[in-house]
Amino acid sequence: MSALLVAGCSGTSGGSGGSGGSASGPVHLTLWDWDPNMNKVVALWNKSHPDIQVNMSNPAGGDQLVSKLITDHAAHNDPDLTKVEYQSLPALVSGGVVADITQYTTDTVKDYDATTLSQVKFQGKVYGVPQDFAPLMLYYRTDIFSSYGLAVPTTWAQYASEAATLHQKAPGVYMTNFDAADPGWFSGLAQQAGANWWTSSGNTWKVAINDAPSKQVADYWQQLVQAGSVATGPSFSPQWNKQMNTGALATWISGAWAPAQIGGIAPATKGKWAVAPLPQWSAGQNSTGIWGGAATTVTTDSQHPQQAAEFASWLNTNADALTSQVNNINIYPAATSGRSLPVLATAPPFFPNQANFYDLVKQSAPHARTFQIWGPDVTVTFASYTDSFDAALQSGSSFDNALTSMQNATVADMKKTGFTVSS
Amino acid sequence: MSSETLTRLADPPGTGQVRAARRGPSGHRGFPYLLVLPAVALLVLFVIAPGIYALILSFQTRHVSGGLLGTTSETVFAGVDNYRNALGDGTLWSSLLHMLLMAAITIPFTIGFALLFALCLDALRARLTRFARLSIFLPYAVPGVIATLLWGFLYLPATSPIGGNHINFFGQVAVFFSVGNVVLWGAVGFNMVVMFTALRALPRDIYDAAKIDGCTEWQIAVHVKIPLLRPAILMCSLFTVLAALQLYNEPNTLRPLANAISTTWVPLMKIYTDAFVNSDINLAAATSVLYAVAVLIISVIASRLVARRASGWSR
Repeated sequence: MSALLVAGCSGTSGGSGGSGGSASGPVHLTLWDWDPNMNKVVALWNKSHPDIQVNMSNPAGGDQLVSKLITDHAAHNDPDLTKVEYQSLPALVSGGVVADITQYTTDTVKDYDATTLSQVKFQGKVYGVPQDFAPLMLYYRTDIFSSYGLAVPTTWAQYASEAATLHQKAPGVYMTNFDAADPGWFSGLAQQAGANWWTSSGNTWKVAINDAPSKQVADYWQQLVQAGSVATGPSFSPQWNKQMNTGALATWISGAWAPAQIGGIAPATKGKWAVAPLPQWSAGQNSTGIWGGAATTVTTDSQHPQQAAEFASWLNTNADALTSQVNNINIYPAATSGRSLPVLATAPPFFPNQANFYDLVKQSAPHARTFQIWGPDVTVTFASYTDSFDAALQSGSSFDNALTSMQNATVADMKKTGFTVSS
Repeated sequence: MSSETLTRLADPPGTGQVRAARRGPSGHRGFPYLLVLPAVALLVLFVIAPGIYALILSFQTRHVSGGLLGTTSETVFAGVDNYRNALGDGTLWSSLLHMLLMAAITIPFTIGFALLFALCLDALRARLTRFARLSIFLPYAVPGVIATLLWGFLYLPATSPIGGNHINFFGQVAVFFSVGNVVLWGAVGFNMVVMFTALRALPRDIYDAAKIDGCTEWQIAVHVKIPLLRPAILMCSLFTVLAALQLYNEPNTLRPLANAISTTWVPLMKIYTDAFVNSDINLAAATSVLYAVAVLIISVIASRLVARRASGWSR
């Protein structure tokens, strides 16, 4: 970091100084982000902010980046800014990786609703600026639905019966796959059902991963798996990509970011997808959960937290920045003002037939339930999800037991690390 | 030993180095140390120092305090807690079991196939040996991760050209053979070359003698070549045992492709998961220390065994 600073200083004294007349020259910030095309958005900032230059790199994505951040923090080598998914944020705060930026974001936070802000604000302190918000939606193949005479399900009961019909008419086509690899969709479904895996009162945690709503979701999917009407392979695998591309999977329960992903996963299916609100547990309800979504955070290793926070605020609340992100990354903005941008009136490129795409997302977003807070050891919970549900699918054992394994692994780890957990 | 041996070796007159070494008593004594310096420096830097660091980590633990999110964390002395937790963790034992099952598949098959191929190529009637040798050796040159990805595509039902939609390559039992197959595919070539080279080094007149005595080619292979190959076979076995203990690449690369392999499937995967997924570097360090000690003991026993058998043959 200091080497960068020195480089920055010497560069200015070399003759390029003048703008703003600051003696120290432009501040150089580093950013880690895995969004493809994010460099285009960063270029916008660098053009309009000569005093604060941001240099982006993409060392890893998602959970791998969390590991890298924790490891690099031990050597105080973290970048100034990094993208963090909501579920990983409490763990990174607990690990001392992410800095409290409350004092720099007093105006910024006014542009967020309470649900969104709760993902980055813990015990009154703000630890990041929300980038996108990803309510779970039902993505379905219009061509498959019409050729097998399926109706777009509005309840989970209907989803199950359409799945059975589909499986009967076309044994090689599945309604979807039960993904035991990525827990994001399952935790989103649990949120929709009313689960609250982590809650806190004061400094005490309560963990309830095997609560009644979660069991309801687990039992429902176990029945679909046993009936054979959903596939059981992991998502984002070569097998799944092929199935998505060749029409062996009729729906995908996914976040609002899905249109940007499907293009890479199943390029042959352009224009064949449509989006609908997530099916409900009882008719007439209007609820969903979230899968992913991320915030831009400032690390404790940063020498320029104020400037870094300024960039994070611009990136996620400035109209130009958000328009560029919608165009380049297909995000659904987390900022309230961002949700009314004119650019959202156009369909995502991979969904050319659905001009009301963002309208539907916008209608679902306010009804997205989240957990009160994500736990400080979500990686343990998520690794346990993968192992427990993998084992349940392989051996045919109960999904409820898999939830109990997750609960036990999570509580044991939290207690061992020193968190207060009430039973 | 080394100093005396070197002096004796250096005794024959002629080279400038010898004269330089004789110039002063200090140079004379220092030279052998200079020769081993690179090896020792590398050992200290990349084995001993990290080993000591891991040992220190294994007796510590991270403990948080300071509110809900425990923003103050401190490293405290943990005694043998990490070791107790590591040994008391059922997943470690099941990962060891998986590793042993894999070893039971990969070791005999690797050695068996390598020996078979080496003998076939050495047979007098063999044709196209150069091409066949290269073909069998080539998989060894393919990096393990890439080989595993290729095999993954061959196994997965949607992409399999080898009947993956009829055979479940990721079944509860089948997965051991699927992983074993990838390991085997990569390891046979190397071991075959070692054995083949050893076979080529054997004096050819032994075969002539055997033939005069009326041996068939098969009898020569079983009764002459295999006994003479014993040192090479034992050395290959030692390599294969060590590779089996370090199994990581193949299962870890196959893991995201199906539901069959857990994040703690073999001991090294468990250590990785503890350290970098569950952020418990201390438990991972303790498990690493235990595993390193176990591997060291096995290696010493195995290499002693090899040495004894090999020398037994030469007597």
